Formats: sequence, structure tokens, C-alpha cells
Amino acid sequence: MVTVEDYVARIEETCGEEKGSVVTLKYNKKDEAIAKIIKKAKLKKSLSGIIFELEFQGISFRMFSSGKAIFKNVKNKESLHDLLAALLL
Amino acid sequence: MEHHSNIVPWELISKIRRFTINYAKVNEDGTLNYEDFENKISSRTKLISLSHVSNFSGIINDVKRIGKVAHENGALMFVDGAQSVPHMPVDVRDLDADFMAFSGHKMLGPTGIGVLYGKKHMLEMMAPFQGGGEMIKDVVFNQKTGRIGIDWNDTPWKFEAGTPNICGSVALMEAIKYLENIGMSEILKYEKNLTEYAMKTMQNCCSKLLLYGTSDHSLKCGIMPFGIAGLSSHDIALFLDNYGIMIRSGFHCAQPLHQIFKLQSSARASFYIYNTRTEIDRFAGVLKEIEQF
Repeated sequence: MVTVEDYVARIEETCGEEKGSVVTLKYNKKDEAIAKIIKKAKLKKSLSGIIFELEFQGISFRMFSSGKAIFKNVKNKESLHDLLAALLL
Repeated sequence: MEHHSNIVPWELISKIRRFTINYAKVNEDGTLNYEDFENKISSRTKLISLSHVSNFSGIINDVKRIGKVAHENGALMFVDGAQSVPHMPVDVRDLDADFMAFSGHKMLGPTGIGVLYGKKHMLEMMAPFQGGGEMIKDVVFNQKTGRIGIDWNDTPWKFEAGTPNICGSVALMEAIKYLENIGMSEILKYEKNLTEYAMKTMQNCCSKLLLYGTSDHSLKCGIMPFGIAGLSSHDIALFLDNYGIMIRSGFHCAQPLHQIFKLQSSARASFYIYNTRTEIDRFAGVLKEIEQF
């Protein structure tokens, strides 16, 4: 059974008052994961094929072609995990 | 204006030794408020601890001036040299620093090793802070009393318990020799030129650029905190990452300074001897690109 952990290498908190989370995708899965995310989420804007501003289930986030994504305003780790599951699985 | 590493340990030990810490103010441009600092030093002051160079802004502090006032009041001065020793000539005798610390990983050396300098008579007054091999001359069991008598080793060995980080110290020494061979004055000159060039280039390229701290590059080392209006520091860092350009984003272990500047976070470019003007042109070009987002 495929899980979020098959795609995600690690999740780190950013520092700052508006705390966010940086999700790093596994290198060998990043292209597949990015394709899935871009297919499911609504693209709001992008630049140079590097940065994509996306929206999914009312949450805006930024995805980078390097395989990292920054999520802000997600309630907690569990909510982020659920969001990633909905995006990736 | 201090790095957390020059705040948190003092806060920890103040709870154990029950002393009060007073923090000096910084001015709006990020420079140290010397008047406030000097006003806070009194005959009750035991120790002053400050960074030689701010790791957030690159501002060089006049530690000699502070040290003079400290010593007139009978206080000692500890200098955090993590951002100065790798980038400029530093003479602990001229600064009259009682203690100074710096890290290997900031000066082409390995992680996990650093240097604590202390005036010899100060070190000789101090007791060891950890025990083990090498830091003793004798450990003698008294058959009559059933007690152990310990005679400490000489300075500096009495502070170096156990097997030292041999590989780290050899590597750090090589890094120091390498830098000294280039010349610390040459390094400072090169970095200042690079910083001045970077400030001008970035300002010319980017209309949404926000430079934090003083714009007087003569007061700075090669550190440049910045932002781009409408973007978070992490967006900037991750975008640059795609071009193989590495900067730092977040608080840089200097959260109180960000509070003073009312910043959520900042991006920070820092330059060293291996960076070139061509790289700065490329860096500024990518900033120009991302500000279109």
C-alpha cells in the first residue's frame, strides 16, 4: 500500500511568526509527486517552471521544482499529513 | 543584536548562579547603541558579552570601546568572534578581550570544533568544567583516609578532558594556515569590495528589494540581510536553490533582532573568499526574476 511516507522525505518547520512547514519530497519520487500535486491542486500562478502557487482544499501553498513545498496556515501536523495524503495518494 | 548562542547559555546559567542579565539596545539601522550599552555598565557589572560582528547584519562592533568601559568598571569582556575571526585581522591583545570564542566551520574548517581564548591569568584562576583523562597531573588514592587527591594539569590541558578532537584540530589548524597565507587584511578588503558591489548590483536590479540594517557598507562585513516585497524569505531561498545559489532564510538564530526590525524572517546572503562578482551578477539576476512572481 502506497503511503505519504513513500513520497515525503521529511517535514520541517520554518522559523518565523507565521510558522509554516517545508515538505521535502524524496528525490527519486519528486517528479511523480509534483505531477500528482499539480494535477490535483488549482494553479494560481507560476514562474519559470520553478515556483508554483497552488490551492487545494482552501489551503494555498508554494511548490518548487526542486521537490520542496511550503505550506502555511495548516492547523497542525496531522492536518498537513491529511492534506498531503489527499494530494499524493 | 546577538546570536542565540550568545543569549541562551547566559540565560541558562543565570538561573543556576542567580544573576541578572541586562541587554543593550540597537539603533534603527541595526548598529549597536553605544550610549545605552555604556550606561548599563556599572561597578555591579561582572561580565560583558557581545559579538564582534553581527551574524544577521554583518555590522562590526567597536568592542575595543566597550572593553575599555567594561574594564574601567571592573567587568570582564567576552567577545563572540564567530563572524569576525574568519573575515578580518583580530588581535585579542589590542581589543583587550578577556575571552573570545570562534568556530571552525565558519572559517573553512570542520564542524564540531572551535576555539576559546582566555587571558592566561584568568584561565589559571578557573577550575576545570569537566573531568577525565589528560586534565590532571595526579590522581592519588590515600590508603589511610580512603580518599582521592587530585592535582589539576596546567592550562590549557586542565580544560581538555578526555581524548580530544584530534582530526578536527589538525583540520582547523590547516584552515587557519590557509587563511593566514592569503592574509586576513586581504580577506577583509576583498569581502568589503564584494559587499559594496553586491549592495549596488542588487539595488540596481531589483525594484522590490528590501535591504535590512545599515546601508553604510564601511561598517559591515560580507553579510547582507534582505527581503523582496511580497515574498517570504523561504520562497526566495528555495527559488535561488534551483539555480545552485545557497542563502539562509529564517531568523538566522537571531530572533530578537528580527523582533526589533519587525520582521517575520529574512533572507541572508553572505560572501566569503571563494565568491566572485560574476556570482553576484548571477545572484542579482535571479532576484530580478523572482520579484516578477
